Amino acid sequence: MVNVRIFVTYKQSVFNPQGETITDAIHSLGFSAVKKVNVGKFFDLQIEPNGKSVEEIVSQVSEQLLVNFNLETYHYEVMEEA
Amino acid sequence: MKIAVVVFPGSNCDIDLFEALHTVCGAAVEYVSHKKDNLDGFDAVMLPGGFSYGDYLRCGAIARFSNIMPAIVEFAKQGKPVFGTCNGFQILTEAGLLPGALKQNDSLKFICKTVPLTVENNQTLFTTQYKEKETIALPIAHADGSYYADEETLAELEENHQVVFRYAGENPNGSLNNIAGITNKAGNVLGMMPHPERAVEAILGNLDGLRLFKSLLENGKVTTEEAVR
Repeated sequence: MVNVRIFVTYKQSVFNPQGETITDAIHSLGFSAVKKVNVGKFFDLQIEPNGKSVEEIVSQVSEQLLVNFNLETYHYEVMEEA
Repeated sequence: MKIAVVVFPGSNCDIDLFEALHTVCGAAVEYVSHKKDNLDGFDAVMLPGGFSYGDYLRCGAIARFSNIMPAIVEFAKQGKPVFGTCNGFQILTEAGLLPGALKQNDSLKFICKTVPLTVENNQTLFTTQYKEKETIALPIAHADGSYYADEETLAELEENHQVVFRYAGENPNGSLNNIAGITNKAGNVLGMMPHPERAVEAILGNLDGLRLFKSLLENGKVTTEEAVR
């Protein structure tokens, strides 16, 4: 079993209203060093490869469902092999 | 000859659409469950507003996998009229029947109010009873209605006159080019965030949505109940 975490975020070119609001809140706390926040989401998948490689499965699931490529982009990390 | 109002789990404007078409306009209308797999005998399809599948993942993203969806895609490809309002618009973009996507409002707020719109294209199946550049007012009620498409897509939409409705006053949600509603290139699929079905009777305080349905009934040759009898 392979544990994979897929991160989905808005593309840099797309305005992220949540990120902007959180940035403002961080500034209110006095952390002026924080210049930008981009909010996204992650999906933890437990994968048991059956013919297709983990990479193929992750890219196909992301492209066909988890990511809306009009707005979003993704990357993933293999967490651990159990 | 009749109109289908598709009902997904979480649809909540299906009755409004049905009543606008049936009670107000006298059209033959039927609810069609998301579980069905065909649209045989229908002349037009309406996707209602609401929160299909709880807006899980992204608004409209899961509805794309409904049993009825392949039939809707096929229906659209045949050039028959398909209309989606609010969540229906989101579903149409997620299903790839309309370009672009709807994202969270810039204000992060759910906005529920009547807003002015400009009719940018009165040559579609859905808008012939409006005047070109006419200003109308329709209610919006959404948290994720900010239209986004890349620059190339936006240029194409403008060039092909696919922008049908534009916010006329203050942009309520951050939509690019003030876009409130668009068609596909062929013009038979219309998606819009405003709710015309909530503006069809004097008692509702607004009649500006009525002509959208009347345009469709006139142009789509949809048989009225009277004609069926």
